[in-house]
Amino acid sequence: MEFIKHQIEKVKPHFEKGGKWEKHYYSFEALETFLFAPATTNDIKGSQIRDAIDLKRLMMTVIISMVPCLLFGMWNVGHQHFLAIGQAASFGEKFWIGVVQVMPIVVVSYGVGLGIEFVFATFRRHPVNEGFLVTGMLIPLVMPPDVPLWQVGLGTAFAVIIGKEAFGGTGMNVMNVALTARAFLYFAYPTDISGSVWTYIGEAKTVAGYSGATPLSLAADAATAGTNVIASFNSFGAGWNEGVFTFSNMFMGIMPGCIGETSTLMCLIGAFILIATGAGSWKVILSVFGGAYAMGLLLNVIGGNAFVEMPAHYHLVIGGLAFGAVFMATDPVTASQTETGKWIYGILIGVFTVLIRVFNPAYPEGIMLAILLMNVFAPLIDYFVVSANKKRRLQRATV
Amino acid sequence: MGKFIRLKKGFTINLAGKASPKVVETEQPETFVIKPTDFFGTYMPKPVVKEGDAVKAGTPLFHDKKHEKVIYTSPVSGEVVEIKRGEKRKLLEIKILADKKVEYETFKKYSVSEIANLSVADLKDQILKSGVWPTLVQRPFGVVADPAVTPKAIHISAFDTHPLAPDYSILFKGQDHFFQVGVDILKRLTSGAVHVNTHSTSEIATVFSQVKGAEVNKFSGPHPVGCVGVQIHHLDPINKGQVVWTISPAGVIQIGKLFLNGVYDASRLIAVAGSEVKAPQYFKTYTGASVKKFIEGNLNSDNVRVISGNPLTGTAIGKDGHIGFYDQQVSVLPEGNYSEFIGWITPGERKLSFHRSIGLFSFLSPSKERVVDTNTHGEPRAFVQTGIFEQVTPMDVLPTFLLKSILAEDIDEMEALGIYEVVEEDLALCEFVDVSKHKVQEILRGGIELVQHS
Repeated sequence: MEFIKHQIEKVKPHFEKGGKWEKHYYSFEALETFLFAPATTNDIKGSQIRDAIDLKRLMMTVIISMVPCLLFGMWNVGHQHFLAIGQAASFGEKFWIGVVQVMPIVVVSYGVGLGIEFVFATFRRHPVNEGFLVTGMLIPLVMPPDVPLWQVGLGTAFAVIIGKEAFGGTGMNVMNVALTARAFLYFAYPTDISGSVWTYIGEAKTVAGYSGATPLSLAADAATAGTNVIASFNSFGAGWNEGVFTFSNMFMGIMPGCIGETSTLMCLIGAFILIATGAGSWKVILSVFGGAYAMGLLLNVIGGNAFVEMPAHYHLVIGGLAFGAVFMATDPVTASQTETGKWIYGILIGVFTVLIRVFNPAYPEGIMLAILLMNVFAPLIDYFVVSANKKRRLQRATV
Repeated sequence: MGKFIRLKKGFTINLAGKASPKVVETEQPETFVIKPTDFFGTYMPKPVVKEGDAVKAGTPLFHDKKHEKVIYTSPVSGEVVEIKRGEKRKLLEIKILADKKVEYETFKKYSVSEIANLSVADLKDQILKSGVWPTLVQRPFGVVADPAVTPKAIHISAFDTHPLAPDYSILFKGQDHFFQVGVDILKRLTSGAVHVNTHSTSEIATVFSQVKGAEVNKFSGPHPVGCVGVQIHHLDPINKGQVVWTISPAGVIQIGKLFLNGVYDASRLIAVAGSEVKAPQYFKTYTGASVKKFIEGNLNSDNVRVISGNPLTGTAIGKDGHIGFYDQQVSVLPEGNYSEFIGWITPGERKLSFHRSIGLFSFLSPSKERVVDTNTHGEPRAFVQTGIFEQVTPMDVLPTFLLKSILAEDIDEMEALGIYEVVEEDLALCEFVDVSKHKVQEILRGGIELVQHS
């Protein structure tokens, strides 16, 4: 350890002002502080002591909260693969298929994203922000298992450059970076993010009766056909994947879908970690679920087509609602920043998710668009909350 | 009858090395220093003494060219040995080599009944010329009070919740009479009430509980409940155009002594505390004392930071530095000038944190006394995490938005968001808990100066 420290100290002057690699100071700083928490002390004046937390640790906490989703997702990719091709396989085989399929996506996401981060840090002279450690993990989790790697790279590059760096880097971005990547692919390559991409098939042949439909598309179809949504959920997969879309199975997440977002249970474990550590806002998580459930209930009462009449609790387990609520909506930079605002922001995400799902069959995944929409409106919500604070102060002055 | 206000938000930092309730009288330090930089709002301090001049306690040392009436005087008698100037000849400090026995300038002495008959102008005049006036601090801005103004109230915080803070029942023991006379005089200077704000959970010293003619309010809650700005916010908030004065109990007692004894008595108790002090205790000395005598041979290690004031808002002064005018404690903490291998993730029960992130377990044992060093524990970053500042600010103020408006230099926005209600100490906890390691206090003072001079 002393050796590494010594080597770092030796090359450090080259990166400091006046050194020959001065341009690369922030890249160097990022690597150095990653290895050693620096020996910097607080200023002569002001707070002489500081909390032991820093952004790296906070981001690490968020990453750890995503690990259950990632591990479960890897297993589920393999599990769905073998179900689709009609073969029995052991736990290990399923997990291994998943690892082989998922890890390249993770590597591409981190590689492309961090590469761009370092380039921008060098040219724009700002520190490499740890925010991408989380984004880089979120992107693979919202990708279909069969997504081409070049698309992952392109989506990540678009999100980091246009979604984040164009606004000044982490902390200044308006929209959630990972969702920007997902939305970019969704609109740029619609045919690649629909149909049977939700299950990794590979070279093998699918079983008879196989269908790549998702609960969201089934529900939309049922609405058009006028049949019962729950019945079509329960009868789906007969012969090759019995009971895949039952409520309990969807809650567990043993179904085709994006790598990390199928399991509501794993998302709830993640939510527990985020809330217990204070890394994510419980107000946002609770209000997204609450908003979606309330909107679902309201639609049940109003009635209309079959999708509208689907029991409200099904909304909480289909699609990416749970994942979005726990990991995307809670992004502190793009969410509402006032405490009152967080309630409004979360509830509206839930409400819009259900509305988009039910009334806009062209875009079955409502949560992505709902969060991006509310990202844009979060500053407006804050504006009203802050105005209320100012008004209280002003009223006090005139009384 | 005073109010009882319960606050919930905040964070009491429980550090090891609190001063034991023992008052030590040692040989007095050789030098004393008055630093114009301690007084916010002084524009052009101009010395009125020269190096080599003999002074008594209460002899004028300098005044501010813009407020010539406010005079800053010597705390002890002796010889002016150094007038230190910095860049652009800015006056930094005036150092006095103290006599063995303090001699005092004599001011007029009054009996209690005579004081009651003095005019407000006479009261102010005596406080001004003796050099006690700068103990009165004006809100907004936290600057030395303007004698031409009549404040709407005067607030005295009768407890200190900062880390390693001294116990006021020791600090002001036996000063009941002086405190009472001081409060009586302050009452004449304001159009409103004099508030004495006490802490509900600790036993209130008689000096505060028995005081007459003042509103004695009770507060409960974690730090920053002891900050007078937080107290004002809940009792009688400051609005645009209003002025409130604050004063520490030590200042009130000095006013009392000035009128009853006719001297500027700068003697005070200070707490010398912190994990690196062998015997943390109280010392009897005078304003501006050199800390050398109190810490020499009294330290556990050499790699320490000596702070005038508390660890949240103080100033590092070095081992032979001098205590600031308003400070009543010296804190000695381990210097954090070490690097830690992957220190951003290593777990540690001893790492103090308001947060509960991975590896930080200090929230499990909140009552444990901790050793905290001066390491920044991370690097400055953009604002990311939200809602944390609000958890340590027990006021209807939105610190993040206020700080952003200051960074944007938007004066109207700063006013609307309540910059008149806060000074550094009120938001110091934000600086402590900040994940992105902003210099919150420095930013805030920048904003205050911008508003003040606009």
